[in-house]
Amino acid sequence: MIRLFHVLVLVFVAVAGLTSLSAAAQTPDDVLTALKTEAKASTTGFQGFSAQRGERFFKQTHGNELSCASCHTENPAASGKHAKTAKIIKPLAPASNPERFTDSAKVEKWFKRNCNDVLDRVCTPQEKGDVLTYLLTVKS
Amino acid sequence: MLFDTKNPVRILGLAVLLSVAMISAAHAEDDDDDKRGAPAMNTQWKTECGACHVAFPPRLLPAESWRAVMSGLDKHFGSDASLDPAAAAEIRAYLEKNAGSGKYAAAGKPILRITETRWFKREHDEVPARTWNNPKVKSAANCAACHTQAEAGNYSEHNIRIPK
Repeated sequence: MIRLFHVLVLVFVAVAGLTSLSAAAQTPDDVLTALKTEAKASTTGFQGFSAQRGERFFKQTHGNELSCASCHTENPAASGKHAKTAKIIKPLAPASNPERFTDSAKVEKWFKRNCNDVLDRVCTPQEKGDVLTYLLTVKS
Repeated sequence: MLFDTKNPVRILGLAVLLSVAMISAAHAEDDDDDKRGAPAMNTQWKTECGACHVAFPPRLLPAESWRAVMSGLDKHFGSDASLDPAAAAEIRAYLEKNAGSGKYAAAGKPILRITETRWFKREHDEVPARTWNNPKVKSAANCAACHTQAEAGNYSEHNIRIPK
């Protein structure tokens, strides 16, 4: 019984791994394009993303103690530090860290977690797109 | 005199019997061969748990504690650490399979923080308050502040460097 469960978990994980492998071959622009499609569908009168709005959103608090910058610092090209555990966080700006925004599953995972911590809710496609547009303007 | 010599023998005999019973109980629990020796590695565990803190070795908490931790990842010590179901299932299985027993095990309500286990407190009772409060340490969850090889899963006393 336990063995069968283990095998099933392994198969599930292998399939999930393969699917995420195919999803991993992305660029930040692909992620931005997908966010734009989502934003168009969900925001009435969508007028595109704004780096300025993204920067404001990134640096301000939203009713909670933490902002994005609390851990990622005011300079997304630099390394950050986890507000609680002090673990080093690699730079968020793709110019400094080419691994960023190249895996949509990972992008979704972290937006969900971090928006919940910072805003107590998920972020809208508009907010995510604004932030990514801002991060893409940051030079290393 | 008669009792003096007899008692230690009896006590020794009882101790030996008890040890044998405990060892065989441990063996009976442990039907997986790969549980012995070097701990098994799991990439998901290392990546996901290690994203925000050192990936704490499964042996540091008993299985019921890991079950409780994995059931509340959306509110993980004040942070949302939620995982997709496939990753969560794999990590849960790995943690439970390699969970602590003996001195790491806890009775009663599952302890969620490693730092609250009796074992952790005893092992760290010589660490002064000023070390815990050192900004270079910041949190008791920051094992690597002093355990220089924590990332590699090595918590040996030989590798401890307490930051000044």
